[in-house]
Amino acid sequence: MEQVIANGLYLGAQYALIALGLTLIFALMNVLNFAHGQMYVLGGFVTYSIYGQLKLPFLVALICSGVSLAIVGALMEKFLFRPVIRRSKREESTMLLAAATAFFLDALILLLFGEKQRGVPKIVSGVFISDSVILPYDRIVVGLIAILMIAAFMLYMQYSKPGRAMRALAQDRIAAQLMGVKVERYSMIGFALGAMLAGVVGGLLVSITGVNSGIGGPISIKAFLMVMIGGAGVVGGAIAGGFILGMMESVGLTVLREYGDVTYLVIFALLMAFLSIRPHGLMGKPWG
Amino acid sequence: MGSEMINRRSTLKSLALGAVSILAIAVASTFPAQAENKELKIGFVGVTSGPAAAWGTSNVRSMQTRADWLNEAGGVKIGDDTYNITIVTFDDQKDPKRAIAGMEKMAQEGIHYVVGPNVDDGAAAVRPVAESKGIIYFPYAFPKSLYVAPASNAVLGMVANYQSGPAIYKYLKENKSVKKVAFIAANESDPISQRDSGVAAAKELGLEVVAETDTYQNDTRDFTPVLTPIVQLKPDLLVLSGVAPANAPLLIRAARELGYEGLISAETAQDATVLQEGAGELANGFISVGGASTPEIRTPLMEEFIERYTKKFGEYNDESNTKVYALEYIIETLKANPKAIDDVAEFKKTIDSFSAPNPYAKDGMLKYVGTTSFGQKRQVSVPMVVTEFKDGKFETLFVGEVD
Repeated sequence: MEQVIANGLYLGAQYALIALGLTLIFALMNVLNFAHGQMYVLGGFVTYSIYGQLKLPFLVALICSGVSLAIVGALMEKFLFRPVIRRSKREESTMLLAAATAFFLDALILLLFGEKQRGVPKIVSGVFISDSVILPYDRIVVGLIAILMIAAFMLYMQYSKPGRAMRALAQDRIAAQLMGVKVERYSMIGFALGAMLAGVVGGLLVSITGVNSGIGGPISIKAFLMVMIGGAGVVGGAIAGGFILGMMESVGLTVLREYGDVTYLVIFALLMAFLSIRPHGLMGKPWG
Repeated sequence: MGSEMINRRSTLKSLALGAVSILAIAVASTFPAQAENKELKIGFVGVTSGPAAAWGTSNVRSMQTRADWLNEAGGVKIGDDTYNITIVTFDDQKDPKRAIAGMEKMAQEGIHYVVGPNVDDGAAAVRPVAESKGIIYFPYAFPKSLYVAPASNAVLGMVANYQSGPAIYKYLKENKSVKKVAFIAANESDPISQRDSGVAAAKELGLEVVAETDTYQNDTRDFTPVLTPIVQLKPDLLVLSGVAPANAPLLIRAARELGYEGLISAETAQDATVLQEGAGELANGFISVGGASTPEIRTPLMEEFIERYTKKFGEYNDESNTKVYALEYIIETLKANPKAIDDVAEFKKTIDSFSAPNPYAKDGMLKYVGTTSFGQKRQVSVPMVVTEFKDGKFETLFVGEVD
């Protein structure tokens, strides 16, 4: 059972990090970013190219993944989402735009990086073995980095000026604007930050799970699942959703093993039941 | 002023027409053979994106490499005419609905011979279209119903898992003392049907099957939770049924990192670069069905094919050793019966008696097989090469033959 819990915690940490960027963008702009998974994939391929191909240090590759995705996010916000939000009052306009962006990025990534699964050398070798738990050191390192990044992100949102501005925007856009918060600037920073998180986690995980051009969609779906569990637009909710999903997966795959592949069936059934009782998730607010 | 302009325009037009005519004559005299050649379109409907993309990509690249090569040599003579080969491709994204659309597209383009689809549900989905529109297709899919009468338009393009599986398990039982086997498959129709036939084959050989219902979502990125309970059962052999090339290194890595020390095998073709990048030395010893060629049996033509493919696409895929055959079978069968060029009934008639030298394997013959498995010849004959992965390369374990 210790192994199952360790697997769940590790999965939860990486899931939480994936969901953070998605929920941040939703909180700030009310945009369901369907391209979040594709941003993750792009980040993975940047790290693959720099660390795996050019043989530069992993940290350099990770920074490059974050910076390049932040730029992509900022450009997307400025030239795509901002004009659409300005011109259209209908929420589905941004959803359609996000879906189109996802398809576009899918095609672009396929064109640039090819169809093959790509991987990079392990960042740390060796396996931690005790009587009850076996965990490779690279997973421990990645899990710790993920937890540190989540903590750093929360501190940034809590205490920095941009963080406070973004929280104000998330709570009440008009009130924040009346208080002098520059909506456009902080929306762009928020979108860039969300994209950067996707890129960094993609880069981080390429050392363990590799990356291929077709995984963007499934990653987005999983991220939405976590956000739905925790509550859309709430940072704490995304983290809770990530850990809950990770633990449910790990426990389900062991406990329900003899019944076949029913783990996700059970997770989806529980999620439907849960949402019918609490449609705004664990920490979301009923009023949005 | 007006007439001056008209004159100038007429002069310019005449000059342009003259230039185009001279250019056309020059081009025509430079490439007389190509200009006379007819066009023979061969289709491909299969997966070239997503986790299983390597399967379809190796098809497309093999076909394009061979077609370019044949065209460069002046085309293919079928009957009294010489044809240039054009490959028309369609990515079905491993989605049966898109596979149907792809096959419809082939029919609209007047194509009678199609390579693909790469997976079971796609191949089953396109069957009605292929049969109603007069298309012979070469799937890389294993359901026997596609090849057993009354079905007659599909020709299996490789060795099926129920043909290679028993051979692999028997070899491992006799040579590596394998007694306990565990199976794991993606929760999709192809891998599950391959797992079921693998389980049946293993039981028939007297092996103890300790896990036969374990599955995973095909988009799983971390296989540690899935493999934890299986590794605890300590099987001698872990079979990754129908595993996609993108998932194989992740499964191998997770199993090894959990302390699994037994053998790991798959009956699907894999990609050496993907295995090396994703699992490195942890993939050493991994057994799979390789491409239908080894250095010992390949001809100089096969060597040249590999060289041309690598030059064209940057890196070679071992699976293309198998995928090179479908186009060759189509062309050679059409050569044997030119009436089949637009009449698939003629093609079917030729299948039973067709035989030609195998250009890619020493002492081999191109012939249709499958009578034992399907009751009729609906499979291409290719060498069954079982390989072991070692330090970034596939090494031949043994070579067999079907039928």
